[in-house]
Amino acid sequence: MTVVKLDDVSHDFAGVAAVNNLTLSIDEGEVLGLFGHNGAGKTTTMKLILGLLRPCHGSVSVFGRSPSDSNFSHCRYQLGFLPENVSFYQQLSGREVLSYFARLKKVNKSRVIQLLDEVGLAEAAGRKVKTYSKGMKQRLALAQALLTAPRLLLLDEPTVGLDPIATQNFYAMVDTLRQSGCSVLLCSHVLPGVEKHIDRAAILDKGRLQALGTLSELREQAELPIKINVHGDMSRDVISRRLEGRALDFKKINGRMLSINTHQDNKISVLRELLNADGVSDVEIHPPSLEEMYRYFMTGGGKTKSAASINKNAHKQGEK
Amino acid sequence: MHAIYCIAQKELKDGLRNRWIIAITLIFALLSIGISWFGAVASGVVGFTSIPNTIVSLASLAVFIIPLISLLLSYDAIVGEDEDGTLLLLLTYPISRMQLLLGKLLGHTLILGIATLAGFGMAALTIVLFAEGVDPVKLSIAFMRFILSAIMLGGVFICIAYLISVLVSEKSKAAGLALISWFLFVLVFDFSLLGLLVATKGQLSPEFFPYLLLLNPSDIFRLINLIGFEGSGAGLLVMADEIEFSMTTLFLMLFAWLLFPLLSALWVFKRRTV
Repeated sequence: MTVVKLDDVSHDFAGVAAVNNLTLSIDEGEVLGLFGHNGAGKTTTMKLILGLLRPCHGSVSVFGRSPSDSNFSHCRYQLGFLPENVSFYQQLSGREVLSYFARLKKVNKSRVIQLLDEVGLAEAAGRKVKTYSKGMKQRLALAQALLTAPRLLLLDEPTVGLDPIATQNFYAMVDTLRQSGCSVLLCSHVLPGVEKHIDRAAILDKGRLQALGTLSELREQAELPIKINVHGDMSRDVISRRLEGRALDFKKINGRMLSINTHQDNKISVLRELLNADGVSDVEIHPPSLEEMYRYFMTGGGKTKSAASINKNAHKQGEK
Repeated sequence: MHAIYCIAQKELKDGLRNRWIIAITLIFALLSIGISWFGAVASGVVGFTSIPNTIVSLASLAVFIIPLISLLLSYDAIVGEDEDGTLLLLLTYPISRMQLLLGKLLGHTLILGIATLAGFGMAALTIVLFAEGVDPVKLSIAFMRFILSAIMLGGVFICIAYLISVLVSEKSKAAGLALISWFLFVLVFDFSLLGLLVATKGQLSPEFFPYLLLLNPSDIFRLINLIGFEGSGAGLLVMADEIEFSMTTLFLMLFAWLLFPLLSALWVFKRRTV
C-alpha cells in the first residue's frame, strides 16, 4: 500500500524553485532515504508531505488524503516528525516537554516514561532542556516523533549530533519500526552507515530528482566499477593474463595485495578466475558505496543517461 | 477543545513558573492599595476618600499599565515558538492554527485575569476591612466593573500582540512593534485628539468628537469606569459628557476591539509559512 505519493510536484518560493517536477512514493513499511546537499529541497519535500506547504503544481497525498486540507488533522495522530532544528521549551524539563506533546496527541503518561527510557533520557528527564547537549535534544525530538507509534515517520537529519552508539541505537529503532510496518522518510547528508537501513534512495539536486531506486538499481544505473582486493602470494602477471579484458583497472598495492576494478557483469567470472589462481589467500569485494553513487549522480553522471530511466522508475512507483 | 485546553494549561503553568502571575498580582495590589489610601494626599487627606475617586484613580493607572503588561506577556506567542522551532513541530500535530491561537489567548487571559482579580481584589478587600462608612455592595459593583473591564482591556492588547506576533519573523521586531503600539494607543492617540480639538477651535461638530474616543480601546476602558459616577470626567473625557454611551455599548465596543485584532491575527496566521 502506498502511504505517501508525490505526483509531479513543484514548489517555489518567490519564483525560486525549491522542488521541481518531483514524483516519488513511499510504500507501507518502506524506508526511503532522501539525499542531497543543503538547499537541495529535502526540507521543502518534507513540509509538502506534512501539509505545511501547498504544492504550486502537482499533487501530494498522504494516507490517501491531501495533507494540506483541514480534514487531514485526525491523520496526524499517525504521523511522526523529527525536525532538523528544534530547541524546545528551554525552561521546561525533558519530561515536561514530552508530556506536553503527549497530551496534544492524547498519549498517556506511561508511554512518556517508557519513551524517555528507550532514548536514554530517563536520568536527565528532570533537568531543564536548556542544559541538554545537542544529542540529548535530538533524542528528545526522536521520542516526540515516536509518541503514537506512527505509521509514517519523517526524519530530517536525525543523526546530526548523535554519538556513534546513539546513532546505532537510532538505526536499530528505525529497523524495528520498519518491521512493524511503519514507513520512514529519512533525509540526510550524512551517508556512511545509512545504506543498510534504507530500502530505496532518492537523490535530489536543486529540487530535481537525480536518481531513485533500490541501491542495486542505482548501482546498475550508475555502472560504477566493483572493487575487488586480492590478498596472497600470487604473481601479478599471471592474474593479469587470466583476467584479460575483464579488469577495468589493475593495481598492485603491495607485495601481497592487488586491487582490481571490474564491471558488475564480469564480477562472477573474475571471481572464478581469482579463486582458481595459485597463491590467492583472500578476496574482498567492495560494491560501489552510497557515497560513490551520490557523487556520481550529483556530478551530473546521471543527468544525460538516466533521465529516461528515472522517469521509468517513477512511473513504476506510481503504478504500485 | 482538548487541544485548546492543553495549550492554555501550558501557558498558565509557564505563567506560574516564570513568576509572571505573582509579579503582576503584586504590582496591581501594591499600586491599587497605595492609590486607594494615598490617592488624595495632594489635597491633604490620607486614607480612603470615596468610591468614585478611587476607581477613577485606579482606571487612570490601569490604562497605562495593563496594555503594557498584556503586550509584554504575549508579543512572542507565535514568533517565539517559530524561533524555537516548536511552531513547525506543533503544526504537524493534530491541532489547527486557530486552536493554537485560541489556546494561547485562553492561557494568557487567565494569567492576566487571575492577577487582576487577585491584585485589585486585595485593594477592595482592604477598603472593606479598614475604611469606615463604605457601602460594601456599591464598592463590589464598582470594583467588579473595573476588574472585568480591565481584563477585557488586557484581552484587547493580548490580541494586538498576537497580530504583531504573526506578522513578523523575529522576536525582537515583535517587541519593538509592541512598544510602539502601546505608545500609540496610550499616549499619542489622546494627544492627537486634543491637538485636533484645539486646532479646529471647536469648528467640528462637538457631537462628533465623543465617537472618536471609541477608536481607542483604552479610552473606552476609561469611559466605562467614569460613566458610573456623575461629573467626574477630566481632560478629554469631558467631551463624552455630551453624549451618553450606555454601559452595554461600551462593553460591546471593547469586545469588538478584542475581536478585530484576533480575527486579523488568525487570518494572517493561516497564511504564514513556517
